[in-house]
Amino acid sequence: MLEIGLGHYLTVSAILFVLGVFGIFLNRKNVIVILMSIELILLSVNLNFVAFSSRLDDLAGQVFAMLILTVAAAEAAIGLAILVIYFRNRGSIEVEDISTLKG
Amino acid sequence: MEWKLALPEITLAVSALIILVAGVLPKRDTSFGVTMAVLGALLLAGGLVLAQGEGSAFGGQYVADSFSTFMKLLCLAGAALGLILALDWNAKQGIARFEFPLLVLLATIGMMVMISANDLMSLYMGLELLSLPLYVLAAMDRDNGRSAEAGLKYFILGSLASGLLLYGSSLVYGFAGTTNFDRLADAFSAQQGISAGVVVGIVFIIAALAFKISAVPFHMWTPDVYEGAPTPVTAFFASAPKVAAVALLTRVLAGPFGDTVSQWQQVIVLAALGSMVLGALAAIGQRNIKRLMAYSSIGHIGFALMGLAVGGESGLRGVLVYMAIYLFMNLGTFAVLVAMRRNGRALEGIDDLAGLGRTDPAMALAMAVFMFSMAGVPPMAGFFGKLYVLLPAVEQGFWVLAVVGVLSSVVSAFYYLRVIKVMYFDAPAEAFDVRPASVSVVLAGTGLFTGFLFLFPAPLLAAARAAVVAILGAG
Repeated sequence: MLEIGLGHYLTVSAILFVLGVFGIFLNRKNVIVILMSIELILLSVNLNFVAFSSRLDDLAGQVFAMLILTVAAAEAAIGLAILVIYFRNRGSIEVEDISTLKG
Repeated sequence: MEWKLALPEITLAVSALIILVAGVLPKRDTSFGVTMAVLGALLLAGGLVLAQGEGSAFGGQYVADSFSTFMKLLCLAGAALGLILALDWNAKQGIARFEFPLLVLLATIGMMVMISANDLMSLYMGLELLSLPLYVLAAMDRDNGRSAEAGLKYFILGSLASGLLLYGSSLVYGFAGTTNFDRLADAFSAQQGISAGVVVGIVFIIAALAFKISAVPFHMWTPDVYEGAPTPVTAFFASAPKVAAVALLTRVLAGPFGDTVSQWQQVIVLAALGSMVLGALAAIGQRNIKRLMAYSSIGHIGFALMGLAVGGESGLRGVLVYMAIYLFMNLGTFAVLVAMRRNGRALEGIDDLAGLGRTDPAMALAMAVFMFSMAGVPPMAGFFGKLYVLLPAVEQGFWVLAVVGVLSSVVSAFYYLRVIKVMYFDAPAEAFDVRPASVSVVLAGTGLFTGFLFLFPAPLLAAARAAVVAILGAG
């Protein structure tokens, strides 16, 4: 049996993180996908913290992970609220349409 | 009792809750009363910051020293002036809601936590406590599509920056074994080689903080958000949060990562060069004065980063002096922008200032002082700000930084002086609406500071020096 070690966790979380970042920049569909990508980034960080915490035998990483979970919830709430007022004004949440301000 | 060190933050947090309840209960509009209450709370917190002792609290998560005192007073002043500017503007724009001063108050608590953070955990908490209210503030004019778009853009890119910060923090935690700044500093000074994981983590953290201060190459959100957000909100964005984020960057780089300077110095030098050049060149073609101020703020951050890259006592003192001067001259300029209103409609074009020298000589004079100061013309305050970062750069042999700094400051003088030319030499447009008293107060205060700082620079310099000694001694 393959032993699952720190390296495996870090690899998974690095993949999730990169997926999240690419999801924000390459996504041309709609803004909800961007919100999901942000959650993905935060969760990959949580995985990192918990893996390190277990390896270092130190509780601080797990406390940090709980803090991130809490803040992520608040952030998602604010993001969705802003998205709702944006939709009310524009009637669309396509990423392509977010381009009134430029220059 | 070590929790007493955090008394200013605790006072502000408790008063935010009390004011929220008091503001939401009455049936009538409470925005004016709430603003006054928040201003009172900020004033009280300022007094408490001055009376604050020194030391660290909450298991090393929080630190109070003369650096935090200096920066917190700047942030409190910036928040208070921003609130005063918003009083009249929000009422005329029909967006005078009592949530506005409360969000500013919450953001201020976030800034103070950031400035006093002595652990990656409290750093993140402060940064989020600052960012979340700012996202809402940008989208505050909720029936205006531009404001909503600004809020959305700021939210997405700001969250990405938080993600980068966290990923960097997790790597630093994993490879150094602690999140506490003091223990990180010990770990790095004891080690000979630094592991690659820590270096990657540091770069991620710097990238995230560069996002918050809108340094190149992480500046792209700034012009859009500055243009779309309501003007007093932009004034607030460009002042206090920038000061707090620069303070945080200074503490992080000089404290825990002070011994890894060879790893991050080049990054900061490049960011400083890029910001100064972009701030100078991109602003030339702008017609919208809020966009112009966005690029101008990117350029000013470049100068502050120059001081940070040079480092040492004189370089960091330059950063602190620069940010203090930047705060007041920037708020003064935005006071003029807030007063740009004709027949009840808010204006944002540079051309709308035409003939201000004849229609409102006092405000034109103040604007001229701010523009000369931003361009770095002596004897305005902005000149001394640039002097105190350029001198250490030259002394320490950072010639490229110094030369690019001077050149970009010459180029940027072009668009600052164009504003003055429009005000004094173009055919007068119709006069603006009567300037509200609240704006006049801010204009007079910041104008006197910017114009006459050269007479009494000693207290500011001494306070900045004491602040720098505090973080360098600790680091």
